[in-house]
Amino acid sequence: MMTNMVGALNNALDLILAENKNAVVLGEDIGKDGGVFRVTDGLYEKYGELRVMDTPLSEAGIIGVSVGMALAGMLPIPEIQFAGFMYLAFDQLINHAARYRSRSRSTKSVPMIVRTPVSGGVRTLEHHSDSPEEYYSHVGGLIVVEPSNPYDAKGLLIKAAHMNDPVLFLEPTKLYRLFKQEVPDNMYEIPIGKADVVKQGDDLTIVTWGTMVPVVKNAVENKGTNAEIIDLRTINPLDENTIIKSVKKTGRAMIVHEAQLSFGAGAEIAARIADKAIFELQAPVTRVASASLPYPFPGYEQFYIPNEMKVSQAIDRIMSV
Amino acid sequence: MEGSLPKPYIILHIINIGELVLKQVYNGTISYMQIMDEFGSLDMSLFPKDVDDNKILDMYRWMSFARALDAKALSLQRQGRAVTYAPILGQEATQIGSALAMGDNDFFVPNFRQHGVFLARGLSLEAFFIYWRGYEEGSTVGKGVNAVSYIVPVATQLPHAVGIAYALKYKNAGGAVVTYVGDGGTSEGNFYEAMNFAGVMKAPVVFIIENNGWAISMPRSKQTMTATLAQKAIAAGIPAIQVDGNDVIAVYKATKDAIANSANGPFVIECLTYRMSMHTTADDPTKYRSDEEVAAWKDKDPILRIKAYLMKKNLWSDKQESEMADAQLKQIDDALEKAEAFKPDPKSMFENLYSFMPDVLKEEMDAAEAAGYWQSGLQAKEVDGK
Ligand SMILES: Cc1ncc(C[n+]2csc(CCOP(=O)(O)OP(=O)(O)O)c2C)c(N)n1
Ligand SMILES: [Mg+2]
Repeated sequence: MMTNMVGALNNALDLILAENKNAVVLGEDIGKDGGVFRVTDGLYEKYGELRVMDTPLSEAGIIGVSVGMALAGMLPIPEIQFAGFMYLAFDQLINHAARYRSRSRSTKSVPMIVRTPVSGGVRTLEHHSDSPEEYYSHVGGLIVVEPSNPYDAKGLLIKAAHMNDPVLFLEPTKLYRLFKQEVPDNMYEIPIGKADVVKQGDDLTIVTWGTMVPVVKNAVENKGTNAEIIDLRTINPLDENTIIKSVKKTGRAMIVHEAQLSFGAGAEIAARIADKAIFELQAPVTRVASASLPYPFPGYEQFYIPNEMKVSQAIDRIMSV
Repeated sequence: MEGSLPKPYIILHIINIGELVLKQVYNGTISYMQIMDEFGSLDMSLFPKDVDDNKILDMYRWMSFARALDAKALSLQRQGRAVTYAPILGQEATQIGSALAMGDNDFFVPNFRQHGVFLARGLSLEAFFIYWRGYEEGSTVGKGVNAVSYIVPVATQLPHAVGIAYALKYKNAGGAVVTYVGDGGTSEGNFYEAMNFAGVMKAPVVFIIENNGWAISMPRSKQTMTATLAQKAIAAGIPAIQVDGNDVIAVYKATKDAIANSANGPFVIECLTYRMSMHTTADDPTKYRSDEEVAAWKDKDPILRIKAYLMKKNLWSDKQESEMADAQLKQIDDALEKAEAFKPDPKSMFENLYSFMPDVLKEEMDAAEAAGYWQSGLQAKEVDGK
């Protein structure tokens, strides 16, 4: 089928609910309303209110109850309406979902998929545009996934449903309806922990994910740079091999993400490149990211998020060394 | 099988059949107050002493002003001249009644929907429009307005209200804090935690639950199994009342009394009102609620009943109505014109992050400015009002 990311995710959830009788979807406005972005549209009508649950307005409740369901052998798929409201459930994620397996030496596990829209560029109100992947990647124990296209979105979500781990599934709002793609009707998996080399190249490696994938692609295409573009897809655990292999080939590395620059995931990647490939580098590693401050009100976002021009300038800089 | 029933059921069962085997240790009740009914008739036994016809006219003018402002903001969003907006249509009595009960020393802590309260408390309309056009500069809350700006994460403002109330008390500043939360917001932990702290700290804070029947698509009946939201206060040891939130005089009286008693501690007021419009401009309520339900609430419109009262008493004419509307619209349009002239300065994002400018941040700011890509942002379409 030709579909956008919303359609692909909706289809994946449908297949997961059909396949696994213990799978449930829960969250604010995800039932009758079909979710504020319509990702769960039609599931309430198809699977009923015991499996597609409109919950009270409480993020800590949604995630905490999901942890309990997971401990008791269900596969909860909670939705947090916007990533900016997931901090209310931070304790449940960091202190419980992330730790249950290790603190029980794998006698307990918390299989669940926490879906939430992330990132900006669509002029939403305050707190509706955060890119929080590094907070959750830092703790360890939480898998953090972020697709950038419909095909990957479906395959990654299905893969997450077949794992026995807590997966944070970050969905870039800006990409929900940006474009359509041919997506197979049947079930298929995209591996988690495996980056995708979306464009081969020899002169420069650009590691990116989420909303920045189309921005980087455009910048590279418009400049005609012979760059290799890696769409990370999984932030944690990091696919270090793919990155290092590429950097050793190209000798130049750039990381582009929408989250704030300081203490972002780009720093982690840059450090690993320094560790493992510094002698192959012909230029310092470059990061392109949003300004080191909280996501601003919508009227300022065009000054905050990296745009094609910023990426393009960074390419010029790194290629001139 | 009787024998396998869980214990609490058995205890309830014994109480229900009236054999008082167990001593009752607590019994709470919640009262309901309405002063002006849907037809504009008054219950004089409850009528507040400090309200006269002039005050009622005042209430009417503010409610009409709030409705006009709301309509303007909504239409701006539809034209791409404002960002996502949360309308207040139908909730004017709850907002104006409580706002007019506040005094000069009282402090107001909103969520994202109290445009009417801001209006009556004196927030500049220019700031209102700058906020809803998407700029922090509209979030500044000018001098003379004791308030913080809109808070979007549901119920997270409530503990702040308690802290501010404690500070007012600690500094002997006088005054109370009035804060707002929706029906949905009463499910958040922050709501319970704030009430509990307020009770323990005897903080001078009034919690107004603006129960408009819906939390986006979630009806009040599914949000919680309690019969009223006011009764949640009982668990925190706080007195509470439920009022007709479309009756501006009842809301006024309840708030006024709660503020007057705030030296003794907090109070919870549940206002029963109705969200006549969509949740926000990004919402489509036809997906989850019936036209009949909305139509039934039209008869309870908070402005209609007060107008019925004024007309009955010959206190208001069509001429006065149109003069008032023109004057209000002019104020709104003048403010909007100024707000639309506002131009954002990207540097302000960096300059207001800390009380000082760290070197590392300054370098980032200067590099961004020098690189010139802010220019491409400046030329971008200002607001596309998704
Ligand atoms: C913590 C948090 N979760 C979710 C949201 C998204 N959201 C905004 S308003 C709203 C419903 C609020 O309902 P209610 O408290 O009844 O207030 P109302 O909108 O009816 O005024 C939701 C879920 C949010 N802003 N904050
Ligand atoms: Mg509500």
